[in-house]
Amino acid sequence: MTIMRSLIVLTALAAFVALAPVPADAQSFTVTIKNHKFSPSELKVPAGKRITVTVVNDDPTPEEFESHELKFEKVIPGKSKAVVRFGPLTKGRYKFFGEYHEDTAQGAVVVE
Amino acid sequence: MLGALIIVFREVIEAGLIVGIVLAATRGVFGRGRWVTTGVVGGVLGAAVVALFAGVISEAFEGAGQELFNASVLGIAVIMLMWHNAWMARHGREIAAEMRSVGTAVSEGARPLTALAIVVGLAVLREGSEVVLFLYGIMASGTSGMSLLVGGVLGVAAGGLFTALTYFGLLAIPTRYIFSVTSWLIALLAAGMAAQAVQFLNNGGLLLVLGRTMWDTSWLLSEGSIMGKLMHTLIGYTERPTELQLVVYIGTLFAMFLLMRFARYSPRQRAATV
Repeated sequence: MTIMRSLIVLTALAAFVALAPVPADAQSFTVTIKNHKFSPSELKVPAGKRITVTVVNDDPTPEEFESHELKFEKVIPGKSKAVVRFGPLTKGRYKFFGEYHEDTAQGAVVVE
Repeated sequence: MLGALIIVFREVIEAGLIVGIVLAATRGVFGRGRWVTTGVVGGVLGAAVVALFAGVISEAFEGAGQELFNASVLGIAVIMLMWHNAWMARHGREIAAEMRSVGTAVSEGARPLTALAIVVGLAVLREGSEVVLFLYGIMASGTSGMSLLVGGVLGVAAGGLFTALTYFGLLAIPTRYIFSVTSWLIALLAAGMAAQAVQFLNNGGLLLVLGRTMWDTSWLLSEGSIMGKLMHTLIGYTERPTELQLVVYIGTLFAMFLLMRFARYSPRQRAATV
């Protein structure tokens, strides 16, 4: 019974997900991690747009790319890249960091 | 070393909290040790596999693979927790009564342990894969690796200790109340997981509705702090919830409540027909 109900909910959710609109005007940016530091450490992005950031991890070690303010967390293995999506955002400064090397891996998204 | 200890501890306590609650919620159920152990071992093995294929997972689905994976893991865990709570609403009273009169484990209740073993396994898998990747990174970087590795291992041990504390803390609750307390803990746990899951879907670009931030309580409790992490796991605390997260959180709690209510009425009907 319970499983049946769960399946129905899940199916409904899947349909909902499939129908969700994807904004076409997403803007792309790139951040590189090298020696546990971000470059650029500050990203200027437009307000009110969906943002796509490609994170290139040039270090041989993995990093967890995370931001409480932008609400994402993503593990990026060494010598590889990953895509992080967030927004639309309002004006302000949003910090992000590398959880595995928090002392050096600090950066921010600045929305203007 | 201390840095590594803290990073690993922070990851482990999330899974530790869940294991502690599951252990308390299955108090007196026959064979639960074996089920929970199976869950933990399965989770650790799964974590190693996930860490190994982290790159592949990450690049799947146009770069949204990791988000989809996390959302699915959380979604399955939510369903399993609902299943367990519904079952417990039906049988919890009998188990509690039997525990009081006999003082030993009861044989009934092998079924919902599958659900909870899966929950334990998924929790360990999700947090564990991050620990594995972090420790792997330490080993790969060489030189100062040893002391960091010791820190990491100590972090895992501290997380284990934390699990034990959660469990024994919950055991202090009188038998009469333990199942209602753990049921509510599990309901909050599930609601928090569901809210987390929809955020992962948003990050993956799959669910872009009601994305506006409702409020910001980071000044009060930062999600980055240990306390913030604990509350994040325990009740789904989020410093900046979106509208959708709030809706899903309340919706899950409500669904759980309804499910437990319906389940509670069934035994009487069954007893009448048998």
